[in-house]
Amino acid sequence: MRRLLRSRLLWIAVLVLGVAAVLPLWLSAYVLGVLTAGYYFGVFAMSWDLLFGFAGEVNFGPTFLIGLGAYTAAIVNSRLGLGIPWCVLAGVASALIGGLLLAIPALRLRGPYFGLVTLVAVLLLQNAIVIFAGVTGGEIGMTVPDVLSLSAVTNYWYALAFLVICAIILFGLSRSAMGLILQASGQDPMEAQALGFNVTKHKLMAFSISAVFSGMAGAMLAFYMGAASVGTLIDISIAVQIIIAAVLGGRRTILGAALGAVFLIGANELLRPLGQLNTFVVSALALAVILFFPDGLLGHALHRKEAK
Amino acid sequence: MVGLQILVDGFAISALYALGAVGFTLIFGVSGVLNLAHGGIMVVAAIIGWFSANELGAGAYSSAFFGILAGLAAAYATYLLVVRPIQRSRAIPKEETEIFVLTGTLLWGIMIQTALAYKFTDNPVTMRPLLSGVVSIAGVRTPRNEIMVAVLCWLVIGLLWLFVNRTRAGKTLLAASMNPRGLTLLGFELSRVHLLAWSIYGVLAGLAGVLLASFLGTGSSNTGQLTASAFSIVVVGGLGSVSGSLVAAYLVGYLETMTAYLLAPTLRPIPALLILVLVVYLRPQGLLGRR
Repeated sequence: MRRLLRSRLLWIAVLVLGVAAVLPLWLSAYVLGVLTAGYYFGVFAMSWDLLFGFAGEVNFGPTFLIGLGAYTAAIVNSRLGLGIPWCVLAGVASALIGGLLLAIPALRLRGPYFGLVTLVAVLLLQNAIVIFAGVTGGEIGMTVPDVLSLSAVTNYWYALAFLVICAIILFGLSRSAMGLILQASGQDPMEAQALGFNVTKHKLMAFSISAVFSGMAGAMLAFYMGAASVGTLIDISIAVQIIIAAVLGGRRTILGAALGAVFLIGANELLRPLGQLNTFVVSALALAVILFFPDGLLGHALHRKEAK
Repeated sequence: MVGLQILVDGFAISALYALGAVGFTLIFGVSGVLNLAHGGIMVVAAIIGWFSANELGAGAYSSAFFGILAGLAAAYATYLLVVRPIQRSRAIPKEETEIFVLTGTLLWGIMIQTALAYKFTDNPVTMRPLLSGVVSIAGVRTPRNEIMVAVLCWLVIGLLWLFVNRTRAGKTLLAASMNPRGLTLLGFELSRVHLLAWSIYGVLAGLAGVLLASFLGTGSSNTGQLTASAFSIVVVGGLGSVSGSLVAAYLVGYLETMTAYLLAPTLRPIPALLILVLVVYLRPQGLLGRR
């Protein structure tokens, strides 16, 4: 049964990927730009899902890791003038270190407290950026001297490749022994511990992986946009969007999170003519999904097939 | 001189924080819900109060009444449309209810915020103070309204204390926060107790919103900040502990006022966040928390 499910999922994934690969032939640069941002968002949502769906830890501060990655990369680029790969590496390193500094004490806490600490981390980072405005550009944000590419199609390819690689690694991890142990420790930490698994170590590992991918995606996004700012990378509303995307797509599916992110970014763009009401409609839609299909879009589809 | 100013201003602000946080902690204690739409409900009350005074021409007292009524309606809507369906949903596993309530109320709060900004205004609104004039307390010029806000906050908190500890209906609330199963075994309908808690919460949040609008002014862009400050006060004081919330409200209120007067107004939110981190690491159950 599980193998069947897996192969069907694989089939769907290949189909979606095929469609995504030929899109640049038809679509305008504007639509490609929207999709590119959506793909980076997909990586954010997938790394969030690894932590929440599998490890059972609610991270309200995915943007803390994203912001660390993006700002470190941007500062290294503008101050030291290193090339983009080195900057992205620096961003990943700082997201990982910052994530570990946050997670090692925080994972001792249970229940809503872990989520709370991550939320506070975002607020502190936001304030720190405003206080050290001399280096970070403060509330206005900073421009990054280098950009990934000027061509929308090339940027689209970069983002798609990045999304696919991250999806394969994260999905593989979630289906590996580690993913199972994480799931077990998320659902019943006591029993997982009794079976001899080091729950804290595995959760810390999940958090580090989440930090690495979030930081990398944040740095790439900064180079794609050519700028880093609090409003586009760190603000709580961005964190909320990531969480909505992951829950919308379906928890514990990894791939659903990516679909949810692309859907959400697309919906935001389509509903732009509504002006102020845009956010209202998107939130209402997400709330409806949570109330009526708590397993999310992909989760709902898969479960229904399972029942048949 | 500045010291006295801080003492007087900090007292009123802290009293307002306390009133906002008490309702929040009551809901958590009784039904285990962290309501992230809290700021939204406060601002609904503030904006409806402002609207009925400025656009409909209601008097100061009746517009305050309309504001509180709107806060109550918003609290009922939050409970009946968002929280209860999630709690009763069979598709959501029990151990994940908490995160779904958090996400659901967060979305609901965003909906309230954007709806207010669209229908009314996204500028901060200020309600006419119930009392006008200025008195001098030990050389500090203080608006009468500020004194009234502080007194009213404490009066309501005192009434709540009397209600919870001295009346039968209030004691069921207390019992529900200690042992809900025991309460149902004694024949009490738990959903009715929850509804009572949400009614009290709605009035408290509505009053806090109206007073905030008459004292400092507030608007739809403040909802997140209001929720965050109530949340941090409640966690610092200890989730579910009313006296802890009061202590924490004063701690946070005075720290913020001191930072604003002595360092810089822009740094205002930072000490509260640092205290929050410190408390969560060193004493995760909060200053006066039980768990």
